Amino acid sequence: MSSPVHLSTGRPGQEAPATPPAPGRTSRLSDRGLAVAFISPALLLLLAMSVFPLLWALYLSFTDYSATRGDAPQFVWFGNYTAILTSAQVHLRALTTLIYVVGAVGLQTLLGFTIAYLISRRTRGRGLLTTLFLVPMMLSPVVVGLFWRFMLDAQFGVINSMLGSLGLGQVEWLTRQRTALISLIVVDTWQWTPFIMLIALAGLTAVPKYLYEAASIDRASEWFRFRTITLPLVWPLLLIAVLFRAIEAFRLFDLVYILTSGGPGVSTETLSFHVYKVAFLGFNTGTASAYGILMVLVVIVLTQLYLRYLSKLKED
Amino acid sequence: MAVSVNEAVSPGPVQDHPPPARRSSGRGRAMLEVALLTVLAVVMLFPVLWMIETSIKENRDVYAVPAKFFDFEVTLDHYRDVFIASGGGRSALSVSFLNSVIVAGVSTVLATVLGVPAAWAYSRFTLRAKKDQLFFILSTRFMPPVVVVVPIFLMYRYVGLIDTALGLILIYTAFNVPFTIWMMKGFVDEVPAEYEDAAMLDGYTRLQAFRKFTLPLLVPGIAATAVFALIFSWNEFVFAIFLTSSENVRTAPPAIAGLIGGTTVDWGLVAASSVVFALPVLIFAYLVRKHLVAGVTLGAVRR
Repeated sequence: MSSPVHLSTGRPGQEAPATPPAPGRTSRLSDRGLAVAFISPALLLLLAMSVFPLLWALYLSFTDYSATRGDAPQFVWFGNYTAILTSAQVHLRALTTLIYVVGAVGLQTLLGFTIAYLISRRTRGRGLLTTLFLVPMMLSPVVVGLFWRFMLDAQFGVINSMLGSLGLGQVEWLTRQRTALISLIVVDTWQWTPFIMLIALAGLTAVPKYLYEAASIDRASEWFRFRTITLPLVWPLLLIAVLFRAIEAFRLFDLVYILTSGGPGVSTETLSFHVYKVAFLGFNTGTASAYGILMVLVVIVLTQLYLRYLSKLKED
Repeated sequence: MAVSVNEAVSPGPVQDHPPPARRSSGRGRAMLEVALLTVLAVVMLFPVLWMIETSIKENRDVYAVPAKFFDFEVTLDHYRDVFIASGGGRSALSVSFLNSVIVAGVSTVLATVLGVPAAWAYSRFTLRAKKDQLFFILSTRFMPPVVVVVPIFLMYRYVGLIDTALGLILIYTAFNVPFTIWMMKGFVDEVPAEYEDAAMLDGYTRLQAFRKFTLPLLVPGIAATAVFALIFSWNEFVFAIFLTSSENVRTAPPAIAGLIGGTTVDWGLVAASSVVFALPVLIFAYLVRKHLVAGVTLGAVRR
């Protein structure tokens, strides 16, 4: 699209001249047909597997349907929604989720950006360092959750063992109300710090070198350079990464399921986990659907924000 | 190389203007930074190393208090247990690994077949509300799986897809298609449309131009995209645990998670199966390391 100049570069098209003449008028029409034929299978699949289920959930959210009872759903209209929005239980889960999202994403951003900044200042071994740091991110949440559960075990976990040899007391990481949520944040931070690091590093390496050269000619201090050159140029990309992580953390389920199953008590029950309990342990399908729809609304708002920043970034 | 300012990291002589005092402080700072990086790298990698170590430890060393870091007895028993059942024959875990290969493989192929042409069409043609369509496609990928799984569960129960490999394949394809379209659109955008225009001037149809000229140039991009789709399906847990239950359909993530269900947990086996499960992912991720930024942001951010 950008440069319509080199039309006649000798592409491999030269070997077979036995081709039909270009159809001038119909090509426009067949382009349209081709686009429809190429796009509609993918869109149909998405409609069937993503949109239709959500519409069904929307319908169920207005009923008292239960997946285990056989009887037909009765309409309760906004009953489920008011029940959820006024429930103290749900407010508690929302608070837990907020603490978790803010805590985990905040820590990841701080650590990830620090690591990226440190790596970007090295001249040698950057590839190797980056690769090593990225390992946790590629692991399945199942593996991460299981393994940290073993490491954080109060009796034979390696973390307590190390604390013990340092002369510090033992901590019941996953079985105390206060520490369980912290453990969850720590594990998520361990897994996703590399994500922020990777994107921050992409931003940092894209900062043009001449800006720093100009700044050092002006004898600008290091902090000044960081504040006026590095940060403003990396910030838009970092914001994308942070929003992306926030969406992911908000909808997180598997790590909670494996690591703590919401416990002890309900101290690590996030909204996702609560939806699961309402739907699959309480079988209040109607309520769970309303709950889910409300979560989807939050995700849609976050996603819109994300996409808006994304298109702003692309236009620059 | 871009950001590193005049830090004296290399042992080569640095003669220019920085006075000696400032140079030595710069060197001290560089050493501090290296030390900090090393500490962070150790913290990040320790759990992985500990997992590998646990997978080759004798059982009594696995549960040793205080933990044994170096002097433990090496055994490969746990790895044998991953693949071979205690009474001989294939273990339930090895069956689940095979299921994972099938489900992840087939869904990746399907997502590629559906996604690549769509990506090409989105890249080449002017369509109504194209941006909105693309944003809609990506946003389906952001839906919370726990929420989507409730109606999907009912839907599958209705059509008899509960506890079938086909059901998992379909849902995995559906969540890989948005990624494939976004990721591939970036690759297609990099191939000049003029190649196709030139081919069409030579008399090829648009479709032929795509097949003969653009598609071959897209092969590396398709490979990278497929590898990411494969990793996503391979690692997926939420749909797998809610939509399948029997041992001969279950994929590896729920099977591995099922190992901690009982009263006693064989952590050596958990570690060994985790290593077996994670190793292919790490190898594949290393192969596509150049595209990691695009891959992990679902094709949204490109360098």
